[in-house]
Amino acid sequence: MYQGLRSHIINLLNADTRLDGRKLAEYRKPIEVEYGVVKTAEGSARVKIGETDVIVGIKMEVGEPYPDIPDEGTIIVGAELLPLSNPEFELGPPGIQAIELARVVDRGIRESKTVDFKKLCIAPGEKVWLLIIDICPINDAGNLFDASSLAALAALKDTKYPFFDGEKVDYKQKTDKKLELEKAPIAVTVVKIGEKFIVDPDIEEEKVIDARLTVSSIEDGTLCALQKGGDFPLSVEDIDKMLDIGIEKAKELRKRL
Amino acid sequence: MAYKERIDGRGFDETRQIEAKVGVIPRADGSAMFKIGNTWAYAAVYGPRNLHPKFLQDPQRGILRCNYNMMPFSSSGERVRPGGSRRSKEISLVTEKSLLPVLNLEDYPNSVVDVFIELPQTEAGSRCAGICAASMALADAGLDMKDLVCAVSVGRVDDKLLVDLDYAEESYKDGPVADIPIAFMPNVGKLTLLQMDGEISKEELIKLIEIGKEVCAKIYDIQKKALKEKYHEVEA
Repeated sequence: MYQGLRSHIINLLNADTRLDGRKLAEYRKPIEVEYGVVKTAEGSARVKIGETDVIVGIKMEVGEPYPDIPDEGTIIVGAELLPLSNPEFELGPPGIQAIELARVVDRGIRESKTVDFKKLCIAPGEKVWLLIIDICPINDAGNLFDASSLAALAALKDTKYPFFDGEKVDYKQKTDKKLELEKAPIAVTVVKIGEKFIVDPDIEEEKVIDARLTVSSIEDGTLCALQKGGDFPLSVEDIDKMLDIGIEKAKELRKRL
Repeated sequence: MAYKERIDGRGFDETRQIEAKVGVIPRADGSAMFKIGNTWAYAAVYGPRNLHPKFLQDPQRGILRCNYNMMPFSSSGERVRPGGSRRSKEISLVTEKSLLPVLNLEDYPNSVVDVFIELPQTEAGSRCAGICAASMALADAGLDMKDLVCAVSVGRVDDKLLVDLDYAEESYKDGPVADIPIAFMPNVGKLTLLQMDGEISKEELIKLIEIGKEVCAKIYDIQKKALKEKYHEVEA
């Protein structure tokens, strides 16, 4: 499938350009981050990368902690690949694509310790805050990984605690208490097509990738999560190059926040 | 105690502020956004396209499929569990029935027109906002249509008849309440959606439908303006 498209894209890449005229390591423009777009959420953000458009909203609930970590709250990340956003998405429970997306976003936040779970504890062993982060694409024009990760971090930055009287959460009453963030993990998906590496694939490019590596890194370049995808293997040299691109590009994206 | 003034200061025949835009989802064949107060709907149309599984196909005409969904963070209370509820399934059904009369699907045998409605944020009136957005999205998709569909809720709070109830009015405690979502084809002059929760006399209901027609005429102007704006942008 897509043999013609693939050889066309490879020819372009060999000439150092792409279908839309971008450089290989260039994101689409504009990259827009809008905070607080959803008033019913405790935190929200909308990110547009080119035509890709994602809303992330966060609801906070009070629940019981896991018995083995009684003094920690947690995050739960969900992604729905809404059929509104892409003609190929179908109604129904999240498929493997949606689950992978949610888990990659989850690990970027969790493993970087962006949220100190201990600070989400209300009463050890009894009550903790749960942050439920939901990813909803409005228009999928490619690269949902990076757009969703960026929107999730932006939504966390926007999050304020709802009022909690010790028994019940009053969602109508918002407090001024902001969620504290310790880090700012940014995901950059580097894609290999033929012998070339690109970032921010569009829909056509996503159809013909050999391999992808989503690189999540924090401010000082420390890696916090990785996910390889695609059907083809990567050499150590490939990975070395892809990590460099991922860490470098993360700095650029972080400036948009 | 009578309901003298609306909680947010609107006139009794006044809707909350409306914002509408067409062509907001580039990947869809047609799309629109409709915002009324804090209720915010997106609609995307895909099709007419092939319908699978095959046994659903109608060799006489295309079919319309609507899906209404609230995003998990769209409610002012607790998180809405994804995956749909009895409520969202029923709203999907009445949305489908409210849009079908304006479409000519005879030209698309064995096909489906899919309408996906998503609500990022809600505060009463979400089915009506969804129908308004969907009708604009169908027009944006270039489908042959007899009319647009305009929807709004009308109702009574205590002794007052009013339009576009907000959440506080829907849950008014000091007197009887009726909440009546209607959809109307402004040129054909007929209703395609009528539901009612609450208590009201027959006379009041008929009066409210007349008031609703007038409000729908205003919504129709907003929808038309949004549709035209998209093509102005293309020209410029």
